[in-house]
Amino acid sequence: MTLFYLFGAVAVIASLLVIAQRNPIYSVLLLIASFGALSGLYVLLDAPFVAVTQIIVYAGAIMVLFLFVVMLLNAPHEETEHDEKIHPLRRPGAMRFGAVLAAALVVELLWALTRSSGEPGAFGATAVSSVRELGRVLFTEYAFPFEVTSVLILVAMVGAVVLAKRDPRAHT
Amino acid sequence: MPTLNDYLVLSAILFAIGTAGVFVRRNLITILLSIEIMLNAVNLSFVAFGRSFGTADGQIIVFFVMTVAAAEAAVGLAIVISLFRHRESLNPDTFTSLKW
Repeated sequence: MTLFYLFGAVAVIASLLVIAQRNPIYSVLLLIASFGALSGLYVLLDAPFVAVTQIIVYAGAIMVLFLFVVMLLNAPHEETEHDEKIHPLRRPGAMRFGAVLAAALVVELLWALTRSSGEPGAFGATAVSSVRELGRVLFTEYAFPFEVTSVLILVAMVGAVVLAKRDPRAHT
Repeated sequence: MPTLNDYLVLSAILFAIGTAGVFVRRNLITILLSIEIMLNAVNLSFVAFGRSFGTADGQIIVFFVMTVAAAEAAVGLAIVISLFRHRESLNPDTFTSLKW
């Protein structure tokens, strides 16, 4: 229980700091800390393989991609005073109404979750934590989605190359 | 022992933080990071539900979500680079050409 609160607190505080930072580099680094806490939670949930994948794929690959882009663009201070002035939350009318609605949704969500049914929802004794069992399910029951995923990655790869390529006509 | 409800509340808090980030920040990269926070909150509830039901399905779906997140990050960041080249800005309010 103590570990759950520890990891949960680290995840929540790091995520809050992510959206409180002005410099995107600090945001990326704090998000890596949040992902580390989440992988600790996965270990508590008897899912060690997901925890390792979280560290390797998320913190190791995706966040490094973000860091590369942040340093490549070299645009440290986006939020100038002009940006602050035209911030949607300060605009009157529809934008502010939408922000209030979003806050109300969050409150409702927490209210519904904390007042849900009387049973405590304790976890059962059975847990699937072996990589062998995960692999068996992944390559039998979920074989088709797995193959479709490979097409998705191919499309994303080609799309990223095409989008980020410099337009040859721009130089003329 | 923490129960399923505890994990769902934590997941809801993280998702709310991500949503707030998308609304509050005016920087395309931070908005993409907030989307990653939301995806991770959903992953957490998937694993918690999978643990609760005693099946492997929750963890399998998390792998698919991670794959989609990787693809989304790659394409999204490519779009960000391309936009930055055109406008020299990362503020989403700058890109209103398609706004009617």
